[in-house]
Parts: sequence; structure tokens; C-alpha cells
Amino acid sequence: MASLIKNFFIAVRQIFIGNTKYYLWVGFLLFLILLGGSAYMSQAQRGLIITGMRDQVSWGFYISNFTFLVGVAAAAVLLVVPAYLYNFKPIKEIVLFGELLAITAISMCLLFVMIDMGQPLRGWHILPFIGAMNFPASLLAWDVLVLNGYLAINTCIAFYVLYRLSIGKEYKMSVIGPLIILSIPWAVSIHTVTAFLYNGLSARPFWNASILAPRFLASAFCSGPAIMLILFQIIRKVFKDVDIDDRAIFKIAELIAYAMAINLFLLGAETFEVFYSGTIHEYPMQYLYFGLHGKAKLVPYIWFATFLNVTAFLLFLLPKTRENYTTLNMACVFVIIGVYIEKGMGLVIPGFVPDPLGEIYEYGPTTPEVLVTIGVWATGALIYTLLLKFAIPIYTGKLRFVTKGQEGYRSPAP
Amino acid sequence: MTEKKAEKYIDRRTFLRGAALGLAATALPLDKADASFWEAFFQKYYREMNEEEKKKVIQRLEKEYAQKYKKEIKVGDEKALPGVLFGYGLDLSRCIGCRRCVYACVDENNQSKDPQIHWITVLRFKKGEKFLDLEESEKYYNPSQVPEPGYFYMPVQCQQCENPPCVKACPTQATWKEPDGIVVVDYNWCIGCRYCMAACPYGARRFNWTTPNRKPEEINPKTHYLGNRPRYKGVVEKCTFCIQRTRNGRYPACVEACPVGARKFGNLLDPDSEMRQLIEHKRVFRLKEDLNTNPKFYYFFAYGR
Repeated sequence: MASLIKNFFIAVRQIFIGNTKYYLWVGFLLFLILLGGSAYMSQAQRGLIITGMRDQVSWGFYISNFTFLVGVAAAAVLLVVPAYLYNFKPIKEIVLFGELLAITAISMCLLFVMIDMGQPLRGWHILPFIGAMNFPASLLAWDVLVLNGYLAINTCIAFYVLYRLSIGKEYKMSVIGPLIILSIPWAVSIHTVTAFLYNGLSARPFWNASILAPRFLASAFCSGPAIMLILFQIIRKVFKDVDIDDRAIFKIAELIAYAMAINLFLLGAETFEVFYSGTIHEYPMQYLYFGLHGKAKLVPYIWFATFLNVTAFLLFLLPKTRENYTTLNMACVFVIIGVYIEKGMGLVIPGFVPDPLGEIYEYGPTTPEVLVTIGVWATGALIYTLLLKFAIPIYTGKLRFVTKGQEGYRSPAP
Repeated sequence: MTEKKAEKYIDRRTFLRGAALGLAATALPLDKADASFWEAFFQKYYREMNEEEKKKVIQRLEKEYAQKYKKEIKVGDEKALPGVLFGYGLDLSRCIGCRRCVYACVDENNQSKDPQIHWITVLRFKKGEKFLDLEESEKYYNPSQVPEPGYFYMPVQCQQCENPPCVKACPTQATWKEPDGIVVVDYNWCIGCRYCMAACPYGARRFNWTTPNRKPEEINPKTHYLGNRPRYKGVVEKCTFCIQRTRNGRYPACVEACPVGARKFGNLLDPDSEMRQLIEHKRVFRLKEDLNTNPKFYYFFAYGR
């Protein structure tokens, strides 16, 4: 019992130790969360009318962000594949950071779904046994299951590893091995199910194309690892004792190049099918790329995204630019923004334009909507920061909890 | 003896529900903690309530409505009649695009007036241009007089599909098809995720983006639990073929309001009904038949022009 209390204080202290930069960063995030929270309060009071969404375009910025983040969550864990398949050690050592990113991204996904609901207090209606979950008919029910399952699996893996390390013991592969194996198809499943969520709607020709799920996965394999690459470099810089091998970074960059090649190919295949056959089902894509009846709000964004994706593909493909940190980071940022547009608003909004009765309603997020979204992103950043605050000292052996066999000690700043 | 047993017996589902809700309850705002709020929060799913529970819920709703609108509002719970499957017919050769059906529907079904919610959308098309795919429709036409030369009109509302994509999509089963074929929503069970709206090929579902606003004197006090009772912010609603009227042997409000008799309504299972006559003797079609939603809303042309 005494050691439990001691450990509790070790853990609490861990949140508060840090240099000025750490405090500034957390303070900044808390400020953004407060800003988003106040915008959400007005949404809770007045309803979703404060957003730009209407009956014609009934999903918007929130669900766009949700979709993008499911991809990030999936891809963060798929880094496990090369690590274990080829026993590539440099990547294996950083898988933990991927798991933590997956936990963060899924938490953000769940937040985005919650803030999009008209009656969030009734969320329990969707649960099995307690509520009246429409399983297996509703793909949204599937999504709730796979996303929460994924969160549970990754939480188990990450916390088990950290717990073992924190009590000064090696983790046992016999315990988490099966979970890691399970997490691989599960990562594929969360993004596939999310794609099917759109894909299954015959009312929306833009989504009702079987290429959707493969495109989801391909683009996720670009944006997820790109985010990881940036995070790895930040981690390496901030926590000077974390050693992340350059080879791991360049290997992942190479994987992004292949994923982007597939992504662009699939995009080309879809574009051909839609525009060559030229049926009325081309209207949403026409709206996205060229505008329809003079309405062209998304056009500059999607072309910007296309430009970014193609440029990033070339930068990742050439070994010279891939292994130069300036161009590598440029490419990472390009891919993140490119996929964020393409798999966010670029995917969700054209599904609703024109609406089933032919109306073109141009959606754009309102200021409160953007503020709430920023709040969720800040929450995600805070979750990841705090997770790292524990994970890294444990990982490098600077933070240990009190057990019978060892004395606890804490990490110095940062 | 058996009664006592039943009292003691709590099945796993009820137990789980109670336990989870107890936990959830601790996280809720305290200032709203009046009894009615909690009863509403814990309210069960309509299709899982027994008659006794339904009665209690309806009593509570009527009390809430009376408080809010300062008048008596009856919430009915008439069941589907056996041997009835409702169908609708719309004569495109007669429709003049006056939108009286739209406003009769609003008067009857207690939709929000600010912001306006309409369950019926009347589309206008240029004669001679393609119209079946609805892409060239105009919904905001506003002439001084109808019908306008050179145009024709096509009202669209919930098509009451036999194979409804919205029902399949709903993650909480808050929307379903009744035995008489009407697709309904339990406004106390809908979580407002709007997946059904994305799934509907006919743009028939409406969301309460804010608290529905309507003057108390404009409220139609004759309502049905699954139909026109006052709704909440953050839930989806739709045409119910005026369930509160049609289950009591009356026509839907839009049928009665139509000045040119373009709207028909009847029991598809009754071989002598107007609907069956129409389907057997006119050339009927349904919207977006390629989607296999199998609507019970038939369009037809009674005569030329």
C-alpha cells in the first residue's frame, strides 16, 4: 500500500516536472482547449446550427477530421509490419511511439464523433446490451466496435510494455506477441470499416465506388508515417537520450514513397472511370476538381493537395531528397497537408454535392466549428505529450516505480 | 408466486444497463437534475418498452409539453392495423407546383417554423429537359403564379421504402419500418449522428440543427409518439404519412390539401383500394428504382400534357 501511494506521487510529479518550454507548450495547449471548449459550450446550447452544416451537407469538418485521423491511427501501428516481418531492428525500437500515436489518434476520433452528435448524452444508446446497437446492419455500429477495440488493444500493448519496464523487468513477447499480431489486421480493419461506412451508401455515388477502401489505406500509409517521421525528429531533439536511428527514418520515408505511388495510381484509376464514362455520377468529382454550375469552393484546395502529393512523392522517391532532412521534412509536411485535404474535406463534402435532389449547397466550416476542431487537436497534442512524458523516461530507464526489488526514481527535467 | 419470482428476477441486460447508466449519471450536469430530466435520460428504447412503460413515458411527455406550450397536447400511440400496407400515389400530370401540400404538412406535423423545416420538397423542371435523375431540379422557384408555362413540378418526400437504406444505417435502431410500412423515428432514442441522412437517396430526412421553434397556438395538439409530437434539438425527423391521421382512418394532410387532386393514398394490400387501381391501370414509376429501395411512393401520369 505504501509503495502504491509513493508510486502515485512519482506519477503525479512526472506531469509537473519540466522546463519552461514544457510549461509554455502545455499552457498553450490548455489555452486552445479552453477556446475550443467554450465554442463547444455554445454548440451544446444552441445546437449544431452554429456550424456550416445543413440538411444538404449533413456532415462537415468534424467528420472530415475524424476520417483523416482514423487513417493516422491505422498507419501508426502498421509500422509494426516491417519491424516484425523483416525483424528490422531500428524500426522495432520505435514501435512504441507509434502505438502511443495510435492511442492518441483514436481518442481524437472518438472526440470528433462525440462533438458531431446532436444528442451526445444519448451516446449510450449505441452500446451493445445497454443500448440497442444496430449490429451487424449499421456500419457505424461496426465502426464503434473496431475503433474501441483498437483503442483497447493498443492501450494494452503500450501500457503492458511500459509497466514491465517501469518495474525494471523485460516485457514478455509471449504476452504481447499475440496482441501485436492481432493489432495488424485490426489496424487494417479500422480504416476499411471507416471506408465502408461511406462506401456502402448507394445514395452517394461519389463514395459508392469499390476503390474507396484501398484508396483509404494507401493514403493512410502516406500521412500516418509522415506524422511519425516529424514526431520522431522532435522526440529525438527534445529528449536527447532517445536514440532513433536515421536508417529507421529513411526506411519509413521509402515506404511512404511506395504508398504514395499506389495512392496516386488509385486516384488516377478512379478519375479515369468517372470522367471517361461521363455519367451523371461524375458531378461530385466535377464539383471537387472543376466546380459545378459556378460553385467551386473546394477546387483550389484539391488542386493544392494534388500538387503537394505529387511533389512529396518525388521527394520521397529520390534517395537524395529522401535522405536530406530539409527536403525530407518538406515532403512530410506536404504529405500531411495533402492527405488532410484529400481524405478530409475532399472526401466528405463532395459526397453531399449535389445532394440527392440535385441541389448544390456550398459548405464551409464556421469560426466556432474551426475553434472546436482546434480544441480537439490540442487535446490530442496534450494526450500525446503526457503519454511521452511517462513513456520516454521509462523507456530510457530514468523513471522507475517502487517495487519490492527496486527503489523508485524519477527522471530529471525535461 | 410467479409474480414474486418475476419481481426478483433481473436479467443480465437490465443489470448491465442499470450499472452503466448509474456510472454515466454521475458525469451529468447537476443543475438540470430534476426528476423529469433523469426520466428522459433513462428512457428506454420505444420498441423495448412494454405497454405499461409506454403509457408512463407518454404521460411524462404530455406533462412536459403542457409545461412548455401551456396547452394540452395529446400523444397517441395507435398501433399499425393488421393487413394494412400504406402506399402513396402522385399524379405528375396534375401537380401545379403550388406547395400547398408543403405548408399543410407543416401545419399538421408541428415542424419548426424558425428555422423552417419542410418534409415535402417540390422540384421544378423545365419541360423537355431530363428530370428523372433530379440533377437539373430547381427547388427555390418563386413565381407570382403557378403553374408556369414551360415548367412542370415533382414533389418529393419520404418514399417509405420497403428496403430503407436509412434504417440499415442507423447505429441505434432509432429509426425503423413499422408493420404498415411507415418508416418512423423514436425522437427520444435518436443520437443525432445523421448517418441516415447520408444514406437516404431521396433527401427526405431533416435534422433539428437548433431547438425547434413554433408558437404554442400553432401547435397541432393531436399527435402520435412516432409522428408529429414536438421534437427536440439534435434529432432527425421525416414524413410519416401523417401516422397520427392515417392510423385513424384519415388521409394524410398533404392529400387533403392538394387543390388539384394530384395526391392519392391507400392500402396496397386491399385489392379494391385506389392505390391498387392506380398501380394496375396507370403506368407508374418510382424514383431511383436502380437503387432497389423499393419505395411505396408511386409517381404516375393520369393523362397527357
